[in-house]
Amino acid sequence: MWVYEKKLQYPVRVGKCDIRMAKLLIEQYGGADGELAAALRYLNQRYTIPDKVIGLLNDIGTEELAHLEMIATMVYKLTKDATVEEIRAAGLDEYYVNHDKALFYENASGVPWTAAYIQAKGDPIADLYEDIAAEEKARATYQWLIDMTDDVDLQDGLKFLREREIVHSLRFREAVEILKDDRDKKKFF
Amino acid sequence: MNHHSWSHPQEQAWAPFIGPFDPCPPILCKTYSTPPQLFMHFQPLNLPQFCPEDALRHGTLWPALYSPYESKWGKGR
Repeated sequence: MWVYEKKLQYPVRVGKCDIRMAKLLIEQYGGADGELAAALRYLNQRYTIPDKVIGLLNDIGTEELAHLEMIATMVYKLTKDATVEEIRAAGLDEYYVNHDKALFYENASGVPWTAAYIQAKGDPIADLYEDIAAEEKARATYQWLIDMTDDVDLQDGLKFLREREIVHSLRFREAVEILKDDRDKKKFF
Repeated sequence: MNHHSWSHPQEQAWAPFIGPFDPCPPILCKTYSTPPQLFMHFQPLNLPQFCPEDALRHGTLWPALYSPYESKWGKGR
């Protein structure tokens, strides 16, 4: 089970009414390398990974849900006050006829989220290597999102999320080292 | 073994081939990110830490893990 804290992991500020950016941010909501895919991938892999690294997948999977909330907040702030004319001018008309202003798990091109984006191979090294790759791809996605806006407030939240991908990548790399070296049996100072 | 991230550049640059008949003005220098986790493998014990406020702002507790990234927007070619 989880204990919910009714606040965001990091404050989300959006300083500019750039509705089109909402369409791009959806990539990290329901895209192949987005936060939903990350959370579901890790929280599912937990069950069959060696117990030394279950806690890591549990913690990172939980944090991805916190990131999902941050992306949702960014998208909501950018779209909630938009007129239908503004929606159309920003290129969100296709999204609008499908979902109104509701959030939905799809990528920036409108492809709905699919479980085919994630895998649980059961082999611990294969699963952790997928997790490392997923973190690096999400880091890259955040870079390209940061490139697509001059809103320093939005950039600030996206830079925080990019840094978290870096930390998570290192933790998964460490998990590989733990499993392959059996580090508990070694003396190190 | 203990590589310190600050001894590694966080960005690499390279010069792609520019053809004589390319349709668009060339970008002469291309870059890609090489953040600290690539060089650390396993985090050393007792690394210096940010204070809690700075840790939140940077997204990490440890300066050695911090990776800056600036938007390409408005920077031209």
